[in-house]
Amino acid sequence: MADAASKEPAVRRERLAGLSTTREHVSVTPGPPAARLALRAGEDALNSVSRALGVSVPRKPKTSARAKSGGRVALWLGPDEWLVIDDDGADLPAAAGRAKALHSAVDVSHRNVAILVAGEGAEACLAAGCPQDLSLAAFPVGACSRTVLGKVEIVLWRTGEQTFHVEVWRSFAEYAYAFLAEAARDV
Amino acid sequence: MLLIHCPYCEEERAELEFRHAGEAHVARPAEISAESDEAFEGYFFIRTNPRGIAYERWRHIHGCGRFFNAVRDTVSDRFFTTYKAGGKKPDAAKFAGAATDGKDKG
Repeated sequence: MADAASKEPAVRRERLAGLSTTREHVSVTPGPPAARLALRAGEDALNSVSRALGVSVPRKPKTSARAKSGGRVALWLGPDEWLVIDDDGADLPAAAGRAKALHSAVDVSHRNVAILVAGEGAEACLAAGCPQDLSLAAFPVGACSRTVLGKVEIVLWRTGEQTFHVEVWRSFAEYAYAFLAEAARDV
Repeated sequence: MLLIHCPYCEEERAELEFRHAGEAHVARPAEISAESDEAFEGYFFIRTNPRGIAYERWRHIHGCGRFFNAVRDTVSDRFFTTYKAGGKKPDAAKFAGAATDGKDKG
């Protein structure tokens, strides 16, 4: 048994592998794997944690901040809570661990799955199940928020005028994807 | 849909994102083991359950996750104000004019 295990390394199956929906005005596709960090820190630890992560964690509600280089972003979820996403799969807990100030950093890379909604109908597609005002005035590029989509909780982040990044728990991913794919038919 | 102002997110959000969390301003006794049975019952079980202006805790569970307090009319379901947890209890007289005052209109 041990021999067989050593010959073939475990392969992680992506939750939404192979799925893709493209309609006239909107497309719904699974996002690539990424490293994710659930970060909790008090006001006095923010400078130290920001330096360690290389991204200035935002303090204003419903905003996000990108690192100067690389694909790292910090999304404001609550007054002392952030979701940090790194597209390159960097070791985020190790990075956060360099901060000396008291904070909590939990690796949740495999807890979430990303779904990308893009196109001129992206807003309408998400509005099928999300109660927030997603117009550019109320939810500008870079805005992010924990909210609901249909029956599940999501983190919604607007990456462009016509592109949204949806973070959803792995076990809810099929539901969220099916919901968005169905909504895309009506856009 | 009812819109509720979250004092932490600093904007109005849909009712769907929130969860009711019981009566506000119920102070836990400092020496709870020294309380008499009657006093403990009062703290633990007895709620005012008013008809009209009520002080309630709410949680923005599908948003920032924070608990906060709200003043709500239990007859009309109207929210008069919301404020951060630990904030000073607003005077009920401020809302008395707008409240249904326990009387049904229809």
